[in-house]
Amino acid sequence: MNLPDAGGHFGPYGGRFVPETLMPALLELEAAYRAASAAPAFWEEFHALCRNYAGRPTPLYHARRLSQKLGGAQLLLKREDLAHTGAHKINNTLGQGLLARRMGKGRLIAETGAGQHGVAVATVAALLGLEAVVYMGEEDVRRQSLNVFRMKLLGAEVRPVHAGSRTLKEAITEAFRDWVTNVATSYYLLGSVVGPHPYPMMVRDFQAIIGQEARAQALSDYGRLPDAIVACVGGGSNSLGIFHPFRDDASVRLIGVEAAGKGLDTGEHSATLGAGRPGVLHGSRSYLLQDEQGQVRPTHSISAGLDYPGVGPEHAYLKDTGRAQYVAATDAEALAAFQLLATTEGILPALEPAHAVAHAAKLAPQMGREQLLMVCLSGRGDKDMDTVAQALGVKL
Amino acid sequence: MSRAAIAHPRPLGQAFRKGRPALIAYLTVGYPDLATTRRAVPALAAAGADLIELGIPFSDPLADGATIQEASFAALEGGITPAHCLGLAAELAPQVAVPLAFMSYYNPIASYGEEAFCAQAARSGVGGLIVPDLPPEEGESLEAACARHGLELVYFLAPTSTPERLALVAKRARGFIYLVSLTGVTGARAALPAGLEEFVGRVRRAAGPKPLAVGFGVASPEQARRVAAVADGVIVGSRLLQLIKEDPTLGKVTAFVGELRRALDGMAAGKGR
Repeated sequence: MNLPDAGGHFGPYGGRFVPETLMPALLELEAAYRAASAAPAFWEEFHALCRNYAGRPTPLYHARRLSQKLGGAQLLLKREDLAHTGAHKINNTLGQGLLARRMGKGRLIAETGAGQHGVAVATVAALLGLEAVVYMGEEDVRRQSLNVFRMKLLGAEVRPVHAGSRTLKEAITEAFRDWVTNVATSYYLLGSVVGPHPYPMMVRDFQAIIGQEARAQALSDYGRLPDAIVACVGGGSNSLGIFHPFRDDASVRLIGVEAAGKGLDTGEHSATLGAGRPGVLHGSRSYLLQDEQGQVRPTHSISAGLDYPGVGPEHAYLKDTGRAQYVAATDAEALAAFQLLATTEGILPALEPAHAVAHAAKLAPQMGREQLLMVCLSGRGDKDMDTVAQALGVKL
Repeated sequence: MSRAAIAHPRPLGQAFRKGRPALIAYLTVGYPDLATTRRAVPALAAAGADLIELGIPFSDPLADGATIQEASFAALEGGITPAHCLGLAAELAPQVAVPLAFMSYYNPIASYGEEAFCAQAARSGVGGLIVPDLPPEEGESLEAACARHGLELVYFLAPTSTPERLALVAKRARGFIYLVSLTGVTGARAALPAGLEEFVGRVRRAAGPKPLAVGFGVASPEQARRVAAVADGVIVGSRLLQLIKEDPTLGKVTAFVGELRRALDGMAAGKGR
């Protein structure tokens, strides 16, 4: 089944819940994307940049020592941390950057949580000669100062957002306000599979390159598909990107890992699918962490990139239909997984995919040694050194 | 609630009378506190407002500028819930002669339950709903719930709206059509955009006799007059909240609404619809 439908719905989820001012822009964007998507030259340029600029395909790495240590399934790491800018975010920004240029929009607006998407937008803006304005919650500016500096070096303007929880949610809201105001000249380059139609579809399509490569690599290197795939879920772009090309492979379990923060029972977490209920935020209907009155709840995660009360509508659909399963890992589990991967494989993952590694570490021992467990290692950990040092009580 | 306290919903169209441009006032319920809103609604009606929008505060007001954001956050800090807003409307509806509408983002309504919310809103004497993040494409079920309870669902048009969207909203909107004066968020502005008259004209040709009210950015008697020269109603919000903040005794805000009323009444009579 091809989802979303014409109105951008994945079953009861998705859609376009936006102010009227943006409706024409979303319709224009969808038409432009469909036209670009049907043009072979557009994809040729995208794939050429992915290859020659972003360093794709990223490796599918067999983590032997980690597999041995866990004593079960063979872990295969999809190394998005090795992509240019250090995370999977570049796949989407290259695609949407090309689309913005095709639409004649000279100014990119973006939000960022961990700063990885902001860096990827600033990078693509420099590459394509476009202007970039990145909104970032004040709290995230504080905990991701290195990425703020990177964005500035790349020529982007970073605007701190002081409202509310001062994290990704407010950054997205503020980016929408900018877009409402400057809709004629600006392109909103949303960084995850969230927001109004066509973003969840479009971002998924650009990120699907992760799963397309991983599927081909598994078949060519191991002669078969993995038994399970584990990926972290904040908004859900790396997970949907790796899941999507496997959606019709019924033998492959798809497992999304949300941030359980300090524990689901503490209320301080970001496990939207695990603990939320359907609602509307940032232009689409999906699961949402909200109070009884429908007010969006504050969230917590050690990882800025997962610290978001919403989740992509297609994940909501995958959860309800049972095609994917969603679990959660705490801050402490992610931190332990971070150290485990560092010491067994020489890889410092970002704290976001450290949540996926944490769940893989629980799952692998329950699987046979001949089984393949694929983990999407969506980004590298350099940006998280301050956070990790602080969590470990180390003064840098 | 006693039987006598149950008000009948007043259709929003009552605000629009021939030869009298409608003055529509927006307030965030519970800003700075519930007691102030309780006093402000009858005071604004007495000062010349023809329709009052009761804003239900929301944690993520995407379409609002700094003033209404601040008011919403303050109201939420004060513990205001949709239930308080419904209760306040029920209290106020019998006290004022003008129609009341709820302005709410979609999620608090969805969370309350569309059916339950509409039923309760109608029982509270509210005539309609204004939902800034609900375009007609997503509005079918709320429209049906409104219709079942005799509420009108107001839709928006913006300067960016295409002819197809003008036709769609003209067909689906009830009560009146809310025209966003500018591409941007709510908030007082020094000047309204140059293309305002042309925009209202385009909507008028598509919408026929449906009342058109213009909001976003309107903050002075001069601006109100300019709007009323082409539209049927003028919506003022952020400026009122600023004045309530400056003077919680409501002296400034009622004086300002009186000024707007006189500015509109002083216009050449007989602008026909």
